[in-house]
Amino acid sequence: MSGPFTILGGGVCGLAVATELVARGAKVSIYDPNGAPGEHACSWWAGGMLAPDCEGVLTEPDVVTQGRAAADWWAGKGATLTRAGTLVVALGRDQSELKTFARRAPAATWLDRAGIAEVEPHLAEHFAKALFIEGEAHLDPRATLEHLHSALAAKGVTYCDAPQGQIIDCRGLAARDVLPDLRGVKGEMLVVRCPDVSLSRPVRLLHPRFPLYIVPRSDHVFMLGATQLESGERQRATLRSVSELMNAAYALHPAFGEAELLEIGVDARPAFPDNQPRLRQLDDRICANGLFRHGFLLAPSLARMTADLVLDGHAPEIWYEDHRTGGSTCA
Amino acid sequence: MPTFYGKDIASRLMLGTAQYPSPAILADAFRQSQAGIATVSVRREAGGEQAGQDFWQLIQDLGVAVLPNTAGCHSVREAVTTAQMARELFDTNWIKLEVIGHADTLQPDPFGLVEAAAQLSEDGFEVFPYCTEDLVLCEKLVEVGCRVLMPWGAPIGTGLGLNNIYGLRTLRAHFPDIPLVVDAGLGVPSQAAHAIELGYDAVLLNTAVAKAGDPVAMAKGFALAVEAGALAAAADPMEPRDMAAPSTPVLGKAFL
Repeated sequence: MSGPFTILGGGVCGLAVATELVARGAKVSIYDPNGAPGEHACSWWAGGMLAPDCEGVLTEPDVVTQGRAAADWWAGKGATLTRAGTLVVALGRDQSELKTFARRAPAATWLDRAGIAEVEPHLAEHFAKALFIEGEAHLDPRATLEHLHSALAAKGVTYCDAPQGQIIDCRGLAARDVLPDLRGVKGEMLVVRCPDVSLSRPVRLLHPRFPLYIVPRSDHVFMLGATQLESGERQRATLRSVSELMNAAYALHPAFGEAELLEIGVDARPAFPDNQPRLRQLDDRICANGLFRHGFLLAPSLARMTADLVLDGHAPEIWYEDHRTGGSTCA
Repeated sequence: MPTFYGKDIASRLMLGTAQYPSPAILADAFRQSQAGIATVSVRREAGGEQAGQDFWQLIQDLGVAVLPNTAGCHSVREAVTTAQMARELFDTNWIKLEVIGHADTLQPDPFGLVEAAAQLSEDGFEVFPYCTEDLVLCEKLVEVGCRVLMPWGAPIGTGLGLNNIYGLRTLRAHFPDIPLVVDAGLGVPSQAAHAIELGYDAVLLNTAVAKAGDPVAMAKGFALAVEAGALAAAADPMEPRDMAAPSTPVLGKAFL
């Protein structure tokens, strides 16, 4: 089968699936009433970390394995990304968190103050110990979504007024009408500008209650993320969450106290009960969804699996479910 | 097995519902733990009207009694309001009352706790106070209507186990008829077994399971531990003694 396909939803999942299908010669259009990528998409608010080994501390091995292929996929599609690894730190009294992390992330290596000074000079003063995960990458989610969007437009992919042909549903949380086990996990994030701090890579601050990551963008702009609350609410950042994020940033480096607050973002991540994505075949569509907090990390794999399925009839070994009437279900 | 405010619970384990890697792992951990009660934080999981519905559904599907808590409340007023919200949301008079007095140690505020417990008991709540092992505090809590006491083993989330065994023993001796639960501070199953061996009715934990590398296996470990502790407590353990006592009789040994 080679289409035509209509992709529902123009967030990271839909655009990645469209990109993969077009690259393999399929005819694709996108249906999204909101049009070009913007703040209606959950991925607009993402951190953009491609950090499979760090995520592996909290998630299933499949996420790590699949996530390791993400950076090459994005680079291959012309996205701008930085491969500078991830630095993980903890405040003095939370050193046990760092030990646990090291045990559960075999790829991590220990840095002392001199080692920290080499990779992130601005943090060496405040931290005597850190973990470094080489090879992980990060990208700017908004620039990346816009890049995919314009690259698709250049290849003749248009936004249609009504779905036609075979439907691939990548609507994220909006697809709850056909995916009853999909839920929202609320996240709040901040974007700040802080000329006094320079970071070259994502930094994670471990804390038993408020884990924080800071992803550097260009021009001393930083994304601080992100809360994770069991709620489908897509608006209303609470003062508690915002102050937790701010406190954590301030603890990471006091200069963040002088940062300019540019944005407070809120959205809900689409997730299945095990927080892993699914490629689910329904009678009238194929759903690619449930990327949870791994939109940019796992969209490449999910896109490839989707293309393998719809173009070659090849069902992936993981994350695939056939829910068609009379179809057999496999986990 | 424990009875809390007239309700029989078929397990000595109470398990929190926060910080699991995923709802699927939470559900598996509950199954393996055989916990009879799930504690649920009101503030964080149920923000808007519809917002926390999925999570609430998941908790209901666990098929255990729900004990909402006032986690994160630092004042009497906050705790009382949260408790009232919990009664609406979860349709229960049970409330695990936390009034935190110290941000670093998350130590209960004993004065605020008694005041909030008094107000809530008056208002028809059945209060499970998270308290220290201070005897006088516990007496005041009972005076204002608490019929369960939940002293900490150690500060929340530390995994240090039972920090003051003497104090915990004293409470047990002093309140033979009040169900006692060690709440907070447990890290590994042996500590839970120890609490039950001391005659405690149950233990309440969250982080020890949720933050373990394999929460499901750790949940099972705790289930086995509280069972072991209960068997031991009922079996009238021997008294420790200073000198060795041979388990094989010395007299009558054959001369070889």
